[in-house]
Amino acid sequence: MIDNFPYIAVIIFIGLGIYTLMFKKNLIKIAIGVCLIENGANLFLITLGYRKGAVAPIYTLAPSGKSMVLPTPQALTLTSIVIGIATTALMLSIAMMIYKHYGTLDTDQVRRLRG
Amino acid sequence: MNLLTHTPALIIAIPLLAAFLMPVIGRINKKTNGIFTTFALGISLILTILLAFKILSVGTQVYVFGAKSPVLTLPSGLEFPIRIMFQIDAMSIFMGLITATVSFLGAIFSLSFMDKHNGLDKYYSLLLLLTVGMFGMEFTGDVFNFFVFLEIASIAAVALIAFRGTDLGEPAEAGFKYMVVSSISALMVLFAVGIFYGQYDLLNFAALASVIKYSQLDKIALGLLIPVLAMKAGAVPMHMWAPDAYSEAPAPITMILVVASQASLYALFRVTFSLYNITLNTLAVGWIIIILGLLSMFMGVTMAIIQKDIKRLMAYHAISQTGYMFLGVGVGLAVLANPISLSQYGITAMEGGIFHIMNHAMYKGLLFLTAGALFYRTGTKDLDKMGGLAHSMKYTTIFFIIGAAAIAGLPPFNGFASKLLIYESVYRFNPLLSIIAMLVSILTLASFVKAFHSAFLGPKLPQFKEVREVPRSMVWAMAVLSCIIIFFGLFPDLIVKNLVHPAVMALIEQFKYTGTVLGGI
Repeated sequence: MIDNFPYIAVIIFIGLGIYTLMFKKNLIKIAIGVCLIENGANLFLITLGYRKGAVAPIYTLAPSGKSMVLPTPQALTLTSIVIGIATTALMLSIAMMIYKHYGTLDTDQVRRLRG
Repeated sequence: MNLLTHTPALIIAIPLLAAFLMPVIGRINKKTNGIFTTFALGISLILTILLAFKILSVGTQVYVFGAKSPVLTLPSGLEFPIRIMFQIDAMSIFMGLITATVSFLGAIFSLSFMDKHNGLDKYYSLLLLLTVGMFGMEFTGDVFNFFVFLEIASIAAVALIAFRGTDLGEPAEAGFKYMVVSSISALMVLFAVGIFYGQYDLLNFAALASVIKYSQLDKIALGLLIPVLAMKAGAVPMHMWAPDAYSEAPAPITMILVVASQASLYALFRVTFSLYNITLNTLAVGWIIIILGLLSMFMGVTMAIIQKDIKRLMAYHAISQTGYMFLGVGVGLAVLANPISLSQYGITAMEGGIFHIMNHAMYKGLLFLTAGALFYRTGTKDLDKMGGLAHSMKYTTIFFIIGAAAIAGLPPFNGFASKLLIYESVYRFNPLLSIIAMLVSILTLASFVKAFHSAFLGPKLPQFKEVREVPRSMVWAMAVLSCIIIFFGLFPDLIVKNLVHPAVMALIEQFKYTGTVLGGI
């Protein structure tokens, strides 16, 4: 049971993110929602890489007979964190530009494009 | 060292390096950025054509970064593919050719189109990065790298859509919408990658395809991948970003964005055909794709008829035309498990759908460029305010007629060739689908007749007395696209036999795709 806690946390993260995207009207909160989904996906990847009792994959320091962790999920997570920073920064800077032109961050009023 | 063996890497590396050189090159002169970008994309185009000849004569190319073979052999004797690699088959290079042509012409068009703007070094950097992202999505043989390239393309595309956002509110609004849509789709792709990795310890498309079992978890992954990739391609229930993004981006970027959407469409076909193939319930998934296609075709064209903004009108048509691709390939997928129907009409339907991708990129690109040319001279996108422009913009008028005839599927142009393939074969699958497709085509013609009439015909308006033909680089970009459209329309057999058919067979024959990587395993 305790092994599954990370997966439950993943579901909570992604669920909260989707809730925020669907029901919040503020552009900054929408950016936070995307961040929550991203954290969920990262936590999912890092949990998949966990092996009980295994050691870090440093070949020269490996004790004999113990299994080592394949570092792929960690590499994937690092890449995705870096991409996430770029996404968040861009989203927030566009929100800033929107605020400059519309004077509000409310999605109900940022609606010049329609039809 | 033979550089030609490294073509797959060079096609991506040259624009990528050029993108980061842009700020330095921009110091020299205002014009150097554009010329250097055109030069870099031109080299990329030539290399893509060379690679296409090689692939169509020799077969699928596998390019492994930093090693000779994709397979890693552990001391314990275990062999598995772990390397970062490109796997380029006939389908990938088909998309690669479209990307290379369209981005090259987009750069040429930008030379004059963007001359009134500041910050051109950033514009061209982003344009090159967008191209790199699209090439990567099409060439990669690895699910995680697909995610990375998808994000590169999305981020560059968002920044380009919002490029005029410093002066205007609407582009920033469209950019934010596209950003949310594309980051959600990329994160769902990442989640699906996690599901695959957790089950099979593999990230390679070909290696995954050879072991995939269509378990409960695989179904979840497929259920995540199909909607998000269809969303990025602009299929109807998830199309809300497309008209905004297409209409607010600068015209050459809109043309490239259409191809970026098609790169997601390519990924959708790659997942369903090369990754799952007949392990999934092809009839059910095929029908899901067909219904997405029907909705896109019909909703897209009905929304287009009521538009007054010329680029928004064309954007809804882009959604509608994407429906034809979904329809053609969906029929192919629905009969994939049934060899007799597949050979009777399934392959033809898929040829129609895949050929339509290329045709759509060409004529929709041309139409968006003519809209850009009108905007460049008149400063408006509103059809009600335009009129009588045929008097002063003769070349643009001719190019618009060619593009409109091609999208409506009139005979001597390329839209007719692919639409006929779709009508014929889909009729044998289900006559109703074919009839809806023809109806949509007629509505498309009606809507373009309206647009043509209000923009070009009528007396010369006094406020457009000063309007002249657009500069030479814009005319050339449109002329090249028109020539391609007419050539494809006159010799469709040549293209279908040499380019489209190998692409379709590459999708259908999954064992060939897996075999080239796994080799002796």
